[in-house]
Amino acid sequence: MATILYALPFLLQGFLITLWVSALVVVFSLAGGLVLGVGLVYGPRTVQWLVRLFSDCIRGIPILVLIFVVYYGFPPLGIAINAFWAGVVALTLFKGAQVIEYVRGAISSIPKGQMEAGKAIGLTFVQRLRYVIFPQAVRRFLPPWINGVTDAVKGSALISLLGIVDLMQSINEVIGRTYEAMPLYLLGAFIYFAINYSLSLTSRFVERRYAYIRD
Amino acid sequence: MGYHLNFNLIWRHFDKLWQGLVLSLELAVVSILIGAAIGLLLAVWYVSAGKVVRAAISAYVEFIRNVPLILLVYIVFYGIPTVVDFAYSPTASFIGTLSLYSGAYLVEVFRSGLEAVPRGQLDAGKAIGLTPWQRLLYVRLPTMTRITLPALSNTFISLFKDTSVASVIAVPELTYGAQWINFNTFRIVEVYIVTTIMYLVTGYGILFGLRQVERRFKVER
Repeated sequence: MATILYALPFLLQGFLITLWVSALVVVFSLAGGLVLGVGLVYGPRTVQWLVRLFSDCIRGIPILVLIFVVYYGFPPLGIAINAFWAGVVALTLFKGAQVIEYVRGAISSIPKGQMEAGKAIGLTFVQRLRYVIFPQAVRRFLPPWINGVTDAVKGSALISLLGIVDLMQSINEVIGRTYEAMPLYLLGAFIYFAINYSLSLTSRFVERRYAYIRD
Repeated sequence: MGYHLNFNLIWRHFDKLWQGLVLSLELAVVSILIGAAIGLLLAVWYVSAGKVVRAAISAYVEFIRNVPLILLVYIVFYGIPTVVDFAYSPTASFIGTLSLYSGAYLVEVFRSGLEAVPRGQLDAGKAIGLTPWQRLLYVRLPTMTRITLPALSNTFISLFKDTSVASVIAVPELTYGAQWINFNTFRIVEVYIVTTIMYLVTGYGILFGLRQVERRFKVER
C-alpha cells in the first residue's frame, strides 16, 4: 500500500503522457483515415489501389516493428525525428489503416441508391458526402471506432521501449526503485483496464443506441 | 539522401532473422493451440453455466482484452516469479502469456460460434436420441468449428504479429533478430526492410492458405 501511494505521483506523469499520445494518435489517424477511406471507396482506380496497398501493408506489420522502423529507420534516411514523435507517427500509421477499414465498411453499408438520389437532385460530391452519406455512415462507424481507440491506448504502451516515460515506463521506473514488481504491475493493469473498459462500454452503448437501424 | 543501401551484412546474419521467423511461427502455433483449448473449454462452460461462472469468465476475457500485451508479458515474466518461488525461461513465459491472451479472444469467438449453431440441428440430435454429450461432440462442435474458421485464421495472423512483443523479454524471435542486427551492424534501413518483408510475406502467405481451407469447409447458409 505504501508503495502504491509512493508510486502514484510518478504514475500520474506517465498516465498523462499515455493519454496525450493516444489523443494525438486518435486525432491524426481519424483525419488521415477519413480522407484515405473516402479515397478507397470513391477515388479513381489508382488511388483505390494505392490506399489498399498502404492499408494492407501497415496492417500486415506488427506495431512494435512499425515503431522501430520509424524510430530507427527514419533518421538514416535524413528525416530527423525524436522518440516521442516516432511513437506518435508509427501508432498513427497503424491506427490510420484501421480507420480506413472502418470508413470503408461504414460507407459501403449505405445503399447505392442514396448516392444516386443525391446526384439526381443536383448535389455536388462534397454535399452528397456531407448531407447524405456521412450522417448515415457515422452510426456504423462510431461503435467499432470507439472500440478501436483501445488499440491506440494499448499500442501506446509499446513506446515505453523508446524510452518515453509513459504509464508503462513510469511503472518500470518505480519498480526499478522499489523492487516491488507485482503490486505495481497490477496497479498499472488496473489503470489501463479502467481507460479501455470505459471505452468498450461507451462503444457498446453507442451500438445499442443505433440498434434500431436495419438494412 | 546520403544513405547507401548495403545488404551484405544482412545476408551474413540472415540466420538470425530466419531462425527468428521460425520461432515466431512456433510461438504463434503453440499459443493458439493452448489458447484454443482454454477458449473452447471456457466457451462450452459459459453457455451452460450459471451467473457466477459467467461473470468470472467475462472478467478474465475483459481483463486480458483491455490491458496492453506488453504489460501482460511483464506481469508473467517479471511479476509472477517475485510472488511464487518459481522461474521459467523467457520462451516458456511468453508462450504462457500468449496462450492466456489468445484464450481470452477465442472464448468470445467460440461462444458466438456455439450460439450461431442453428437450433434445428440440436433438436434433430435430440430427436434421434443423442445424449447431451453426443450432441455437443457430434453436432454442435463440428458446426461451430466451420462457422468460426474465418475468425480463427484472423486470430492466428494477429497472434503471429503479436509474437514481436516477445523481443522485450529477449525471446530470439524475428523482431529480436532484427534488433540484434540493427545494434550490431548498424545496417538499420536494410534490416527493417528485410524484416518487414518477411512479416508481410509470411502473414499474407498464411492468410492465403487459411482462406483456401475456409473455402473448403464453408458453411452454406
